[in-house]
Amino acid sequence: MAVAAADSSPPLLAVEDLRVSFRTHDGVVRAVRGVSFDLAKGKTLAIVGESGSGKSVSTQAIVGLVRGAEVSGRATFAGKDLLTMNAEELRRIRGARIGMIFQDSLSSLHPYYRIGWQIVEMIRAHDGSVSRAEGRDRAVDLLRRVGIPHAERRVDDYPHQFSGGMRQRALIAMAMALGPELLIADEPTTALDVTVQAQVLQVMADLQREFGTAIILITHDLGVVAEVADEVVVMYAGTVMERSGRRELFYRFHHPYTEGLLGSLPSEQDVRRRLRPIPGSPPSLIRLPKGCPFHPRCPYAFERCRTDVPPLRPVYGDEAHLSACWLPTDPAGREGARADAGVTAEARGSR
Amino acid sequence: MARFLIRRVFLGAIVLLLITMMVFAIFFVAPNDVARTLAGRQATPETIALIQQRLGLDQPVWKQYLTFLWNALHGNLGYDYYHQVPVTTIITQALPATVSLAVGAAVIWMLLGVLNGVVSAVHPRSVADRALTGFALFFYSMPTFLLGLLLLFFLYFQLSLAGFPVFPAGGYIPLTENPVEWFRHLILPWLTLALVLAATYTRLTRGSMLDVLGEDYIRTARAKGLTERRVVYRHGLRSALTPVVTQFGIDLGQLVGGVVVTETVFSIDGLGKTAVDAINQQDLPVIIGIVIFAATAVIIANLLVDLAYAVLDPRVRPH
Repeated sequence: MAVAAADSSPPLLAVEDLRVSFRTHDGVVRAVRGVSFDLAKGKTLAIVGESGSGKSVSTQAIVGLVRGAEVSGRATFAGKDLLTMNAEELRRIRGARIGMIFQDSLSSLHPYYRIGWQIVEMIRAHDGSVSRAEGRDRAVDLLRRVGIPHAERRVDDYPHQFSGGMRQRALIAMAMALGPELLIADEPTTALDVTVQAQVLQVMADLQREFGTAIILITHDLGVVAEVADEVVVMYAGTVMERSGRRELFYRFHHPYTEGLLGSLPSEQDVRRRLRPIPGSPPSLIRLPKGCPFHPRCPYAFERCRTDVPPLRPVYGDEAHLSACWLPTDPAGREGARADAGVTAEARGSR
Repeated sequence: MARFLIRRVFLGAIVLLLITMMVFAIFFVAPNDVARTLAGRQATPETIALIQQRLGLDQPVWKQYLTFLWNALHGNLGYDYYHQVPVTTIITQALPATVSLAVGAAVIWMLLGVLNGVVSAVHPRSVADRALTGFALFFYSMPTFLLGLLLLFFLYFQLSLAGFPVFPAGGYIPLTENPVEWFRHLILPWLTLALVLAATYTRLTRGSMLDVLGEDYIRTARAKGLTERRVVYRHGLRSALTPVVTQFGIDLGQLVGGVVVTETVFSIDGLGKTAVDAINQQDLPVIIGIVIFAATAVIIANLLVDLAYAVLDPRVRPH
C-alpha cells in the first residue's frame, strides 16, 4: 500500500552489524556474524535459513533472551537501541511492545497453569490496573478472536487439553494481547500440519491488519515465505547471504544458496522433477571455512570464493536487493555463470 | 481415583504383612533368652518355663505369629516383656518427641535446601553456587552422629564452659509442658538432622531447577516480560519442586518412624531410641510394634506423595 511513505519514515526496527558469540569448551561459537536488516511498521520480514544458521539467535539476542552470550551491534527499536537498555527497560518492552511466539507450542506454555491464567499474567505484568476478572474477560475475547471455539469455557483449560493448532493460536493470542508493534514469530507453523498451518498464518495476518503490527517471521519453509513476506533475509552460517523483496527473491535471486533453497522445493509445474537438495551440510560455527562460508557446497565456487569473504552488495542495479556473492552482479553475467555451472551440476547428478 | 486408592491400600497391607513375618523370623532365628534374663541369675528351670509360658514363648513360632496377627488386627500390639505396658502406649508416648524432631527439622532443611538450590541454579558456576555446593558436600559427607557430637561439643560443652549455657545437653521437654524449653531442647537435634538433609535437598533442587530453567516455557515467561523473580519462582520453582516434594514425603515418612541416631545422641526418648533399647533387650512386641508403625508411616507417606502429584501437576489429574 503506502510503500513510498513507509520508505521515507524511519524503520520500526533497524538491526546493524549484530554479532552474537558463545564461549564453549570447544571454542568460541560465532552464531551471528554481522547481521543487518530493517523492518518498517506493519510489514512482514521473513528470515530464512537452515537450522543453525543463526536466525533464531539473532532475534532472541535483540530482545535479550539469549543468556551467556556476547552480543554487539545495534538494534534500534522505535528510536532506542535495545542492546544498550538495562534489564528492566527491556522487560517492559518484551510482551508489551514486542510479542513473541515460538515453534513448539506444547513446551512453550507452562504445563501447570491454565491457558487463561497465562494470558492474564502477561497482561497484568505490564498493566497492574487490570483486575483478574477484567483480564480473564480480555483473555476470553482474545481466544475467541484467534478462533478458539467455546473460548469462555476453554480459557480454563490446561495446555495439554488443547490441540497443537489451538495451542499455537493461544500463544498468538497471548503475544498479541497488548497490541505489540512488533511480533517475532519463530517457526510458528513448523510443528503443525498443513491445513492448520494455513489457518494459523491467516490468524496472524488478520491480527497484523487490525493492530498494524510488524512481523519478523523466522522459517525454513519457503512456501510460507511466498505467502506472507514483504521482505526476505536469507541467512547462512550466521550471516546474511541475500536480502530483497519477496518477488525479487523468488524470481530474480542472485545468491547460489538461495538458488539451492528454491531448488530443494517441490514445484507444482514440474512434479516429476527430482528434488535437488543442497549437497553437504552447514559449516561448524567454531571453525568456519576461509572465504565465503558457502563455498564448500556451492556449485559455482571459484578461486576468489575460497580466499575472500564476499561483502553484501547491491545486485542487478537494485539498491534494495543485496547479495553476498562474488558472481557477476548484472543479470546477464549471473545467467552466464548459471549456464556454465549447469553442465557440471547435471553431470554430478547423473553420476 | 477410588480404584487407585483401594489398590494402593491393599498393596500397603501386603507389605506390612511381609514385614511382620520377616521381623518374627529374624527374631526367632537368633538365639533368644528373654525368659532367662527376666527370671534372674538364680532361676530354676521351672521359673523359666513358667515365664516362657506366660509370655507365650513356649508356643510354636507360627502359632505365636498368628496370635500376634489376630491381636494386631484388633488394635492390640501386645505388651512389652519387661513391664507389661501395652506397646501402643509405648508408641504413643514416644511419638510426640520423634514427630517434633522430624517436623521441625523438615521445616529447616526444606527452607535451607530449596533456597540454596534455587540460588545455585539461578547463578550456576558463580561464587555463591560454588560456596553452597561446598556447604552441601561438607554436610552431605558428614555422618549424623559426628555432626551431633560436634554440635554438642561446641554449642553445649564449650559454650556452657564459657558461661553461656544456651543449649542443653539433651533430653526432651513436651511442647504442652513448656513450649520454650521444648524449642530450646530441640534446636541442636533439629540442626543435626536438618543440615545433613539440607545438603541433599540443595543438590536435588539445584539439578531440578537447572533442568526447568532450560525449558521453553521459561523462555516464554521471559518473552512475556515477567520480572526475573516471577520467572524463577512462579514458573521455574513451581515445576522444579515436583521431584523435591516426592523426596520430602519419603524422607519425612521415614523419619516419623524413628530418628535413631539423632535421638540416641541427644537422649531423646523418641521412637528410634525406644526401638534401639527394645532390640538390646530382645523385647519382641515393642520391636514389632515400632517396625509396623514405621512401615505404616512410610507407606502412607508414599501414598500422599502420589496424591500430591495430582495436586501439583494438572497433567496427571483425571479429567
